[in-house]
Amino acid sequence: MSKIEIKNLDLYYDDLQALKNVNMSIAANRITAFIGPSGCGKSTLIKTLNRMNDLIPGCHITGSVTLDGEDIYGKDLDVNLLRKRVGMVFQKPNPFPMTIYDNIAYGPRTHGVHRKAMLDEIVEKSLQDAAIWGELKDRLLKSALGLSGGQQQRLCIARALAVQPEVLLMDEPTSALDPISTAKIEELALQLKEHYTLVMVTHNMQQALRVSDTTAFFLLGEVVEYSDTEKLFSMPVDKRTEDYITGRFG
Amino acid sequence: MMKNRFDEQVEVLNTQMIEMGSLIETTIESACDALQTADLQKAREIIEGDALVDRKEREIESLCLRMLLTRQPVAHDLRVVSSALKMITDMERIGDHAADISEIVTMMNFSAAMQPEHFGAMSRAAIEMVHRAIDAYVRRDVDLARDVIASDDTVDDLFCDVKQELIELLSADASRGGEALDLLMIAKYFERIGDHATNIAEWVEYSVTGLYKGDVLQ
Repeated sequence: MSKIEIKNLDLYYDDLQALKNVNMSIAANRITAFIGPSGCGKSTLIKTLNRMNDLIPGCHITGSVTLDGEDIYGKDLDVNLLRKRVGMVFQKPNPFPMTIYDNIAYGPRTHGVHRKAMLDEIVEKSLQDAAIWGELKDRLLKSALGLSGGQQQRLCIARALAVQPEVLLMDEPTSALDPISTAKIEELALQLKEHYTLVMVTHNMQQALRVSDTTAFFLLGEVVEYSDTEKLFSMPVDKRTEDYITGRFG
Repeated sequence: MMKNRFDEQVEVLNTQMIEMGSLIETTIESACDALQTADLQKAREIIEGDALVDRKEREIESLCLRMLLTRQPVAHDLRVVSSALKMITDMERIGDHAADISEIVTMMNFSAAMQPEHFGAMSRAAIEMVHRAIDAYVRRDVDLARDVIASDDTVDDLFCDVKQELIELLSADASRGGEALDLLMIAKYFERIGDHATNIAEWVEYSVTGLYKGDVLQ
């Protein structure tokens, strides 16, 4: 079943066209990977899925993006609610300079949850879902800034999960992490797809192969090829895809 | 297109595959020669030379494993390495069969009258299959590979003819049963060589097209 539908999407930063006629159907409860060289538009596209691009002056789009059939660029849409439904994790872990507990409770509080028992429950469940409860349960009131990079990234995933999103966007979530932390995040992503729809930008081909169900290859703002991950990596249809994934791009 | 370190390794791999291919072609032709001319010295040299084929297999195997380990190839690159790994097993077996035939030659009591009529045709057809399978690999020629696969039936049919002739020879002169059995075993080795050439051709087709026996391998 399709969770997100992107149709005839063009995106411009002032006069510069960053996305060209993107058409894509993103399946629910699957991991979709975006790959491609730097500047190809994959991060731009992931940011259109929760309207992070609204924050960039001069950015405008044509075409449509729907979430469960609802136009996310529609006039009546509440962007805060959209970002609650479509959470995001960035390349560099960005915990707030506050306690671990407050990092997780921040989103729910913003959305009106103030009862301590309820917040306690959300904090525990979110940290458990992010596979980091065991490591942090005894230091919830310590600063999140004291955690390792890998722990900080899983904390950020827990923080995104705390507002019960439906979609989780991950923009190169492991590029700043060591191999052990990377393996933990990948394992976590595979567990999360049971309940969430995941979209992941990655520069790591092997990571796309290991975790994603479908992969889109981007080049110069266009989707060159979008198919089942194993198919794309074993028998790509487009020569440009083959050249990129085999490292002959140049 | 940018040429990378992996392409250089593929070139080395190709050269080694061609070397191993030509080594087994020579070996199998020599074994056939030794059989036809009752050249025991040549037969013994082939048995000793089998170690060379084995060594070549190890060399290619370690190159392929190194390429997998260090480059983690995908798409066509992965097919080139994985099919080479599969092909060398069949090439090594062909080398073994040449040595097996030679071993029988060293112990045989030759009789010109005993050679079944279709024996020569069968051994030539099997050797031709090996030759064309290696050629298909070198040229990345899918049509030629499919041709090799199709010609396996010819070798199989000739094996049945040889078997039938041996049965007839045996019923005419039961005292030459030992010779007949030796020849039957040699015929079987040639038939197996045809099967290994077929396997090589199937991996050539996979390497080029991504299809193995008509299916996508995943």
